[in-house]
Amino acid sequence: MQDPLTIGGVTLTSRLFIGTGKYSRNTLIPEVIARSGSQVITVALRRVDPESKDNIVSHIPSHMTLLPNTSGARTAEEAVRIARLARSAGLGNWVKIEVINDQKYLLPDNMETIRATEILAAEGFVVLPYMSPDLSAALRLKAAGAAAVMPLGAPIGSNRGLQTKELIRILISETDMPVIVDAGIGRPSEAAEAMEMGAAAVLLNTAIATAKDPLLMAEAFCEAVSAGRKAFLAGLGPVEETAAASSPLTGFLA
Amino acid sequence: MSFYETMTRLEQLPYRALWSRYTAEDVKRALRAEQVDEEGLMALLSPAAEPYLEEMAQKAHRLTRTHFGHVMQLFTPMYLADYCVNHCTYCSFSSIYDFPRKKLTLEQVAREAETIAATGLRHILILTGESRRDSPAGYVRDCVNVLRRYFSSVSIEVNPLSTAEYAELRDAGVDGLTLYQEVYHQETYRALHVKGPKRVYRNRLDAPERGCEAGFRSVNIGALLGMYEWRQEALATALHARYLQDKYPECEIGLSVPRFRPYLGEFNPASDVTDRALVQIILAYRLFLPRSGLSLSTREPAALRDHLVQLGITKMSAGVSTEVGGHSLEGGTPQFEISDNRSVDEIAVMLRLRGLEPVFKDWDILSEPAGLA
Repeated sequence: MQDPLTIGGVTLTSRLFIGTGKYSRNTLIPEVIARSGSQVITVALRRVDPESKDNIVSHIPSHMTLLPNTSGARTAEEAVRIARLARSAGLGNWVKIEVINDQKYLLPDNMETIRATEILAAEGFVVLPYMSPDLSAALRLKAAGAAAVMPLGAPIGSNRGLQTKELIRILISETDMPVIVDAGIGRPSEAAEAMEMGAAAVLLNTAIATAKDPLLMAEAFCEAVSAGRKAFLAGLGPVEETAAASSPLTGFLA
Repeated sequence: MSFYETMTRLEQLPYRALWSRYTAEDVKRALRAEQVDEEGLMALLSPAAEPYLEEMAQKAHRLTRTHFGHVMQLFTPMYLADYCVNHCTYCSFSSIYDFPRKKLTLEQVAREAETIAATGLRHILILTGESRRDSPAGYVRDCVNVLRRYFSSVSIEVNPLSTAEYAELRDAGVDGLTLYQEVYHQETYRALHVKGPKRVYRNRLDAPERGCEAGFRSVNIGALLGMYEWRQEALATALHARYLQDKYPECEIGLSVPRFRPYLGEFNPASDVTDRALVQIILAYRLFLPRSGLSLSTREPAALRDHLVQLGITKMSAGVSTEVGGHSLEGGTPQFEISDNRSVDEIAVMLRLRGLEPVFKDWDILSEPAGLA
């Protein structure tokens, strides 16, 4: 089935985006990529050290689209600075804007994210902002030049699933740009649910990196995202409050 | 409002009766709680929690892996100067000890930095004794200007400064502040700090808050465990951290668990903090503050550190010298004896054997490639 997703001029066949943090060894990363089928991988620039013998980027196969993120940024200016550093370090022109001011819950700051998006989109970056699912903010991000929006399902690393489901549903229905559910997804069934709702893709890290068997979990998410997408395309049957009898009692009236 | 008001309240609690009031049920309730409150924290620090260390450890381990993953950030301290005007009864840098004092020149700072950076470390914590004449904020700032050529981030552990001085250092590129209260119990604090500006309890207690106000990205606090009853000291530290985190959500508040170590003098601490007690403190901190960084220094022996890395610790020092210029110069006086002498490479190997990935670089505000605004 041909069902590509195109973002920033790049056509993807996998709708599972993955991360590089939290693994017990960086050498797991290429294996996770292979088993997940993912083509987009986010990497925190804060952890990239080109001078290191074990630079995290060296573990990422060249066919992957790199999505450097601005993890650690607390203002739009810091995010912009990190994005420029990433581009100058040769990590491409995609960037996931992550501006977090709240160290207790790690929730994104939508206002600063919009400011950073405006600046970076104008500089030619393909901007994917991580955000709290708020429709006004999503529309402003679109106006600012975002290539997609990445609302959180639940706080980062919480594995709590789609706690913000209703708000994400509104973003999917009211915006015409890709909605990529990022953060919170802990189970393959939740990834499938996001895809069934019409999300363009999902991004996750903790659920795979902290699983007992990360490689098997990568495979499980690959299948779940694919199944959820197929269900969305197939069109889910309507949910009825009461049973619909296959032999109606009033059929004789017809 | 300052944490001093909380401290005043805490010091009026009838601790002897209080600690024995907690039961196994209170501990189980704290273990089940999604968010541990002050009562739960006290239960976890109480004697009633001692039979539950394994349950606490399992939960602490899970929380740590969920929030921080299988990684361990490494850093090392770098001693810039050992001139000190204080007489603290537990420290080799105390002004009463007669040894040749040292202060690194900027050239020596560069040489020391080069030696440390060659190990792969990109995070550094710079330290001085307290001497506004020999190592003022301006000297620290000049050193940071040298260090930014070698490291991704620099934190400071110096005597308490004013908000304006902290802001000046932040503008120079300092990311983080570490400042241990040493002793939260006021009467003991006064007894242990015999002479010098460090005698002013409140100036030290409020300094981490001044660091938050000045805009440091991270502020790390701790009690020097062993100087007073450890349960009270751990309670005060954890509540201090929660106070700062609630009031300054943009700042990352971390905790350290330094235990008293031998030094030049003869002082013996009043409270013996056993390994079990240290573990209980670490676990209580993790359950109370699931997202806070917890640092472990080389004060602890290698074998114990190897076990503690699974219990909630997220940052550890490696390749440590507690002498001024200890990485590239000869003949310094250590501030205290360390217990884990392993190199950075050896620590990295140990971590990997335990399924943890050592992280040498976890932030980057200092390096600025040419041509970028």
